[in-house]
Amino acid sequence: MEAFTVHTGRAVPLRRSNVDTDQIIPAHWLKKVTRDGFEDGLFEAWRKDPEFVLNKPERAGASVLVAGPDFGTGSSREHAVWALQNYGFKAVISSRFADIFRGNSLKNGLLTVVLDQPVVEALQELVEKDPQAEITVDLQERQVRAEGVAAAFELDENSRWRLLNGLDDISITLREDESIAAYEARRPAFKPRTLPV
Amino acid sequence: MGRTLAEKVWDDHVVRRAEGEPDLLYIDLHLLHEVTSPQAFDGLRQNGRRVRRLDLTIATEDHNTPTLDIDKPIADPVSRAQLETLRKNCADFGVRLHPLGDVEQGVVHVVGPQLGLTQPGTTVVCGDSHTSTHGAFGALAFGIGTSQVEHVLATQTLPLARPRTMAITVEGELPADVTAKDLILAVIAKIGTGGGQGYILEYRGSAIEKLSMESRMTICNMSIEAGARAGMIAPDETTFAYLKDRPHAPQGPEWEEAVAYWKTLRTDDDAVFDAEVVIDGSALAPFVTWGTNPGQGAPLSADVPDPASFDDPSARFAAEKALEYMGLAAGQPLREISVDTVFVGSCTNGRIEDLRAAADVLRGRAVADDVRMLVVPGSVRVALQAVEEGLDKVFTEAGAEWRHAGCSMCLGMNPDQLAPGERSASTSNRNFEGRQGKGGRTHLVSPKVAAATAVLGRLGSPADLSATAPSGV
Ligand code: SF4
Repeated sequence: MEAFTVHTGRAVPLRRSNVDTDQIIPAHWLKKVTRDGFEDGLFEAWRKDPEFVLNKPERAGASVLVAGPDFGTGSSREHAVWALQNYGFKAVISSRFADIFRGNSLKNGLLTVVLDQPVVEALQELVEKDPQAEITVDLQERQVRAEGVAAAFELDENSRWRLLNGLDDISITLREDESIAAYEARRPAFKPRTLPV
Repeated sequence: MGRTLAEKVWDDHVVRRAEGEPDLLYIDLHLLHEVTSPQAFDGLRQNGRRVRRLDLTIATEDHNTPTLDIDKPIADPVSRAQLETLRKNCADFGVRLHPLGDVEQGVVHVVGPQLGLTQPGTTVVCGDSHTSTHGAFGALAFGIGTSQVEHVLATQTLPLARPRTMAITVEGELPADVTAKDLILAVIAKIGTGGGQGYILEYRGSAIEKLSMESRMTICNMSIEAGARAGMIAPDETTFAYLKDRPHAPQGPEWEEAVAYWKTLRTDDDAVFDAEVVIDGSALAPFVTWGTNPGQGAPLSADVPDPASFDDPSARFAAEKALEYMGLAAGQPLREISVDTVFVGSCTNGRIEDLRAAADVLRGRAVADDVRMLVVPGSVRVALQAVEEGLDKVFTEAGAEWRHAGCSMCLGMNPDQLAPGERSASTSNRNFEGRQGKGGRTHLVSPKVAAATAVLGRLGSPADLSATAPSGV
């Protein structure tokens, strides 16, 4: 997992509430057998509309999504997070996220930032007026900065530590290699094996 | 204070324990299949990781495999892609794979036990919720998600919070024609589909002790339908006899050592469960579901319940929706519900004893004219054994279709599906809307009830057949 310290980038304002995971990545994309290549499925239904904000040329290369409240409700599919990341998003800002989506996002290194709804709206206004405006998401200082905005956000210490160090669950467990090897050394010989030794 | 079976097995697998953190648990056996493993292997690749313990990992193909024309290319491109991806991943990483056409191929939860890989006191995981099946051996076995599959591949461990324990005690003698399937359906109807949530269930009591290994697997298989991640049964002489001389069972002095350890895997007399349910086995009857979740079941002799009879508003609403979907009316006798399809198979009831039970009912009888009956053995080994015993003949002579091993109509990922509005009696484990095909209606039943239903063309038990004597007898 990539470490997240400070990210600065242009943004996409998504003025919709209750964006569920079916809208983020429709079910038929779940048949894919990889973790990448989901970028074309991101918001697939809406992207058929040329006026949809993601389709605007001035939004190309944006990496921060400023979304409406209750982002990521619905099914637990991790593909929703992968699709946002595959597309190039590094952070999503909203006043409220669905729990499972938030858990999945932090596990995968996509920073989900909770800010008060008026602050979210101020950011949306800013980037709607000026598509070139940049938003900085600073995990070290736990602060979001943009022209005229400096807002603190919260994140539990464990998630923050993992993101700052780019540690996914597996990397964290791999730090326990010594304990795992010690356990393996004392496993009884009669335990089953799938391969001949 | 004493410990329960689940606590003993858990404690024996703790790699690391720290205050306020989940335990890091060692995994003894990791089973893989084509549906939930591709992204896990992809994750390993992206991070340059390898499989830590190839000797504790094994894969088979089951969910997407066809049960007809297995030598021809698979028609559905998605199914084909999943199988081809599994083959490539196993080849790239060195994982043992039993693909379609191999003698050890079959439903993953049938294959593990028959190879003797599932053993008492082990931890078993698989990216599939019915991994609970393996708990029948006194193993701690549960389904995991794809991220966890990747975690186990890379580290052979999982960070887990310890669940609570619930005893399900079944005493008494099961009446004739009452099987493990009827028992577990009755348990789920009693505690509800959420009743086991957060618990590891331990089935115990004299009725459980008398069950064969295969029946115990049927019970533990459906623990997940009661909301529990895992179900367990303490290992005993029945367990040891089943395992003896299986390909991966311990041999010689190791066998003795293993059995000595396995014998310690019993809940201590002074252990305390967090919850307890008691069921009188002698009062049970053949059980069928009428609704769209496995908890919506009743004895075969009952009528379709009236939703108004449920006190709980959400249960009432669920019953209303279920009857609408199932095309049933309150008060209709369950025995009068006619079906057009009968499915015998799955990791719940696709083992040799299940096929024997169904064949015993069918022998000398015929499947009703307007019923199609599919018999799908749980594995190639089960199929070979059935052929050796002539069961395939019994099925085909009765007019049933004898198919190749796989998950098949349990979830209809392959071409074996119900058409919209079609109704089945199925020995599988889920009667969810559309599970066996879009718009399909499923009644969960035991193999005996499935076979009797096939003959009658409506839900019924072997006892209902006594009037129709087998021809040629
Ligand atoms: S037989 Fe059914 S329940 Fe069992 S693994 Fe296959 S699809 Fe899942």
